[in-house]
Amino acid sequence: MAETTIGRPALAAAARTRAGRTRAWAFGRVLLTLAPPVALLLIWEIGAQTGWINVQFFPAPSTIGVKFWEMIQTVQFWDDIGISLQRMAIGFLMGGVPGLLLGLAMGLFRPVRVIFQPLVAALYPLPKIALLPLIMLIFGLGEMSKYFTVAIGVFFLMTINTMAGVLNVPSIYLDVANNLHASRWKIYTTVALPGALPGIFTGLRICVGVALILLVAAEFVGADSGIGYRIWWSWSVFWVEQMYVGFAVIALLGFLSAYAVDWLERKFLPWQRR
Amino acid sequence: MPAKISIRDIGKVFEQRGEPFEAIRDITLDIGREEFVCIVGPSGCGKSTLLRILGDLEEASSGDVAIAHDDRKRPLTAMIFQQESVFPWLTVEQNAAYGLKVTNNWNGAESRERVEYFLERTGLLQFRKFRPHQLSGGMKQRLSVARAFITNPEVLLMDEPFASLDEQNKMLLQQELEKLWEEFRSTVVFITHSLDEAVLLGDRVVVMTSVPGRLKEAIDVPFERPRDLIELRRTPEFGEITHRLWEALREEVQRARTMEVGKIAGRSGVDPSVAVGS
Repeated sequence: MAETTIGRPALAAAARTRAGRTRAWAFGRVLLTLAPPVALLLIWEIGAQTGWINVQFFPAPSTIGVKFWEMIQTVQFWDDIGISLQRMAIGFLMGGVPGLLLGLAMGLFRPVRVIFQPLVAALYPLPKIALLPLIMLIFGLGEMSKYFTVAIGVFFLMTINTMAGVLNVPSIYLDVANNLHASRWKIYTTVALPGALPGIFTGLRICVGVALILLVAAEFVGADSGIGYRIWWSWSVFWVEQMYVGFAVIALLGFLSAYAVDWLERKFLPWQRR
Repeated sequence: MPAKISIRDIGKVFEQRGEPFEAIRDITLDIGREEFVCIVGPSGCGKSTLLRILGDLEEASSGDVAIAHDDRKRPLTAMIFQQESVFPWLTVEQNAAYGLKVTNNWNGAESRERVEYFLERTGLLQFRKFRPHQLSGGMKQRLSVARAFITNPEVLLMDEPFASLDEQNKMLLQQELEKLWEEFRSTVVFITHSLDEAVLLGDRVVVMTSVPGRLKEAIDVPFERPRDLIELRRTPEFGEITHRLWEALREEVQRARTMEVGKIAGRSGVDPSVAVGS
C-alpha cells in the first residue's frame, strides 16, 4: 500500500514530464520545419534590400508578395490555374486509369506480365519530356498534346507501381482465400485489390509530382494559357516578379496535391500507419 | 463407414534451388469423423506441408488424399495459420464474416447472428469495429479462430495456431478452443510442436519423423471430454503420455539436429561428425 502512495505521485510526475516533453517536441518540430524557409526568405529579403543580391534576377520576397497580391485579383490568374488544373486532371485520368488497369492485369495474370513487361521496362525510363516534339507533331498545339504529355508520364508510373502492389500482396492472405475455395473473381476483389492499395498509393504519390513537371514543360513550349505558359511568357517580356509568382503557385499546387493524396490514403487505407 | 480423411502413401517433393527436396514420404493415415488429431514432429519435418495438402493449398507429388464431403452446404475445410492471417483492411466484424461471404454462404440476419455469437465467444464483440492493427497478437489469433469456426467447416486445419503467443495467452486460447470444439464438433487436424498442447487437445497424437517426414507412431489420448486443461495437466496420466510421446520423438529431434548441423557444417567446410561431437 505504501508503495502505491509513494508511487502514484511519482508516476503522475513522470507522466507530466513525458507529456511536457511531447508537447515541447511538437512545438520544436513546427519551429524546425518553419525555420529554414523563413531564414532563407529573410536572408534573401535583406540581400535584396541592401543591394547585395541582384534584384533583376532575384526580386525581394516582399515585392514578389505584392505582385502575388495584385495578380490574384485578376481574372487571368485564376484562368491560368483553372486551365492548368484541368489539363493535369484530364491527363491524370487518361494515363492513370489505363495504367491502373494494365498494372492490375500484369500483376494478376502471368501471360499479361510476360507480354508487356519488356515493353514497359524499355519505355518507362525514357524521359517523357524528350517526346514533347513528337507529341506536338502528332497532336498540334491543342489541348490534347498537354493531356497526352501528362498521361504518358502517369501511365507508366501507375502501371509499374500497381503491378508491384499486386505482386507484393503477402501470400498468406491468398492462402486464406484459396483454402476457402473462393472464386478467382472474389480473390481479385477481396484480396488482390485491397492488398495492392498501398502500392497503388505509392504510385499516385509519385505521379502527382511527375504530372506537374510534365504539365509545366508542355505549357512552356506549346500553349497560350496556363501556369507554365505564364512563366515562360513572363521570361520573354522580362517580368521577373510575375515569373516568381508562377514558381510559388506551382510549389503550392505540388504541396496541395501531395496533401490530397495523403488525405485519400488516410481515408481508404486507415490500417496503413505512417 | 469410411474414414473422414483418408491419406494414402502421399509424398511431396519440392524444387529447392534447382534441387529436389523431399518434404514428406509415404504417409498413410485415416482420420475419423469428429476426431481431433494432433500431429507433432521435429521442426522442418513437413507437418505444415501435409496440412497444406489437406487444405488444398499444395498438391501431393504422389499418393492420394480423399476427404469425404458430407454436406455440400458446408465448406470442406477451413485453415487457421500460425502467422497473422486476418486481413488488415477489414474490421474485426468483416474479417469474421469473410469466410461466409466469400463462399457465398452469407444469408443476412442468421449469418450476422452467427458472427456476433462467435465474436462474443472469443471476447471480441466490443472490438467489432476495430481493425487488426488495433488488436493484440492474441486477439488477432482469436479472430482467425472465430473466422474459421464461423464458416462451419467439416474439417478444421490448424497449423501451430498458438505458437507465436506467450504462454499465458496460449493456455487461455487452448481452453477456449477446446470449449468451442465441444460445442461445434468437426474433424480437426492440429499441427503443433508442443507435446503438452497435443496431449491436452487431441484424441490421438501422431508423431512424424525428421525430414522427409514419415509416420512414426500414433498414440491414443484416453482423456474424457469435455476437458479441463488446467486440471488435466496435473494428472499423472498426462505426464505419462507426454513422456511416451517424447520417447518417440526424441530420436527424431536428435536426427533432425544432426542433419541441420551437417548442412551448416557442409556449407562452411567443417567435418559434420566433429561438429556434432558424437
